[in-house]
Amino acid sequence: MRIELQRRDAPSRRMSLLSPLIALALTMLTGCIIFLVLGVDPIAGIYAFFVEPLTETWSLHELAIKAAPLILIAIGLSICFRSSNWNIGAEGQFITGAIAGSAIPILMPEASGAWVLPAMLVLGMLGGAAWAAIPAFCKTRFNANEILTSLMLVYVAQLFLDWLVRGPWRNPEGFNFPESRTFSAGQILPEILDSGRTHYGAVFAVVLAVILWLSLTKTVKGFEIRVIGQARRAGAFAGFDANRLTIFAFLLSGALAGLAGISEVSGAIQQLRPSISPGYGFTAIIVAFLGRLNPLGIIVAGTVLALTYLGSEAAQIMLGISDKIGRVFQGLLLFYVLSCDTLIHYRIRFAAIDRRPSKEIA
Amino acid sequence: MGILEAVLLTIITAATPLLLAAIGELVTERSGVLNLGVEGMMIIGAIAGFAFAQMTGNPYLGTLAGAILGALFSLFFGFLVLTLVTNQYATGLALTILGLGLSGLWGEAYIGVPGIKLQPVAIPLLSEIPFFGPLFFKQDILFYISIGLVCAVSYFLFRTNAGLKLRAVGDNHHSAHALGVNVIAVRYMAVMFGGACAGLAGAHLSLVYTPQWVENMSAGRGWIALALVVFASWRPYRVLSGAYLFGAVGIAQLHAQALGIGIPSQFLSALPYIATVVVLVLISRNRRLTLINTPATLGKGFVPDR
Repeated sequence: MRIELQRRDAPSRRMSLLSPLIALALTMLTGCIIFLVLGVDPIAGIYAFFVEPLTETWSLHELAIKAAPLILIAIGLSICFRSSNWNIGAEGQFITGAIAGSAIPILMPEASGAWVLPAMLVLGMLGGAAWAAIPAFCKTRFNANEILTSLMLVYVAQLFLDWLVRGPWRNPEGFNFPESRTFSAGQILPEILDSGRTHYGAVFAVVLAVILWLSLTKTVKGFEIRVIGQARRAGAFAGFDANRLTIFAFLLSGALAGLAGISEVSGAIQQLRPSISPGYGFTAIIVAFLGRLNPLGIIVAGTVLALTYLGSEAAQIMLGISDKIGRVFQGLLLFYVLSCDTLIHYRIRFAAIDRRPSKEIA
Repeated sequence: MGILEAVLLTIITAATPLLLAAIGELVTERSGVLNLGVEGMMIIGAIAGFAFAQMTGNPYLGTLAGAILGALFSLFFGFLVLTLVTNQYATGLALTILGLGLSGLWGEAYIGVPGIKLQPVAIPLLSEIPFFGPLFFKQDILFYISIGLVCAVSYFLFRTNAGLKLRAVGDNHHSAHALGVNVIAVRYMAVMFGGACAGLAGAHLSLVYTPQWVENMSAGRGWIALALVVFASWRPYRVLSGAYLFGAVGIAQLHAQALGIGIPSQFLSALPYIATVVVLVLISRNRRLTLINTPATLGKGFVPDR
């Protein structure tokens, strides 16, 4: 038996809605098999992973806290990926954003007043955008592959943060722990509800996703992004400058990743540590694709992926299996999402290998 | 053993995994497929090599397992990009994420377990040569394989019919298809070869470089290998020199840290990554040269018209 692809005349609308759902279902099915291999009751496993975190107020708050950075980063990445700019260094931009934004509370611990938080957020965005500007510049000016340069800069950013919190930015009263001083009241992103820890990062995520969706669908810039991504030459004839768009996409996604970074540090962690992200920048790539590069879809997809973080913790506590299972689920999900996207553009046929139907040449 | 000899030995050890992974990826890319999953295949090779060496007590079986599992793991990628024609960039990333996750899950039982080192094999007579003998003829088997592979790949690509077909597939899949070459089959084999090589590279990490299992122990080497292929402009012998250059940068920062010169260790650790960016910029600057060397269908999917 062989698998043949037949191009559809037009992309299937039904499939483009269904494909993320099919991918989720297949991931859960594969998850059941993995649970069986690990000797865990698959029903209990799926329950612990996907349902348990949704049953309590505090865990819903944790879900929002984890979803916020994923959504913020992923909507930026969706602009990049739509325009064929492969920024996979969002993790590094998240970190430099967090560092830049934390400069105020760490270097000026006495700083207080209404200007402090907005200044931190702006610095965070600038920090992320500056880090993203490097691969964008290397790509447009020197033709250097942005995938590799942006990824290499992740390691550099991680090491830089490590140096800061062990060296010059270490808390002087911190008993030599590799941590910065903790932020004081006016430097912490406030919580939005009385019932739990969800901070304003979640608001930024949803509001910006909606704004970005509107600008993608309703403005010329949005049209330009879609045209250049799909047909670079056609875009050039229309007078769209691909290099300028590359810079724009990188700066925007860097700024959003930086905003996610400073929101996470100021809202959830409230100090700098050697490690401030459980791989948000990489997971956001999956979020972007699961959301079909649509900012509104990304809000849903970010929540689903946030669930895999909480689910792996819950599975570890309830069933005693490794929390590494979360990463496996994330990888599987991206695999299935990409496979199912094939269904949008192609019909899949299973044909016998020796009796290939001959087709007249049209 | 002199200090120079000791330094050169560590450079060889650092360069070998880069060389193995890069020569495999070079073949994959020559067939027109860009597999960004090198990091994932490498880490699968590392845990497979370590686990099988532990189970059997034999590091050679571990090495073999690393290659086989690397190749099998690359089939996930191959099926998606070749049969289902998915986006190669995204699928390669998925392979890396999945590889890091699976290896972490599998390796949990092996954290802190003392490893089994792949011992050097001395070649009679040649290893007696002063200075050069211990450097080149008293090495672990993976070093010999890495050098052998570079020569073999170069011969295969430029001196054999099958190699010509592979390059034809990479440069123009429609013409190759019209001439009766099975584009998809060639690419499947090239992807699996790349997977096996990355698996060997991973096995080198967990059986030679640091004989133990550490989570994420590939530490970006898969990505550096990808950069090496660009650096080498898809030529096997240039991969050799590139791998040793990068190995030297990695070792230089280790020695600088040991000497305790005034630079913070994090800055020195960042050197290999910064060097990669700088080298990529330097090598890609000449657009025309890059265009000539890059396999023309690199990263583009192919659906045979029947």
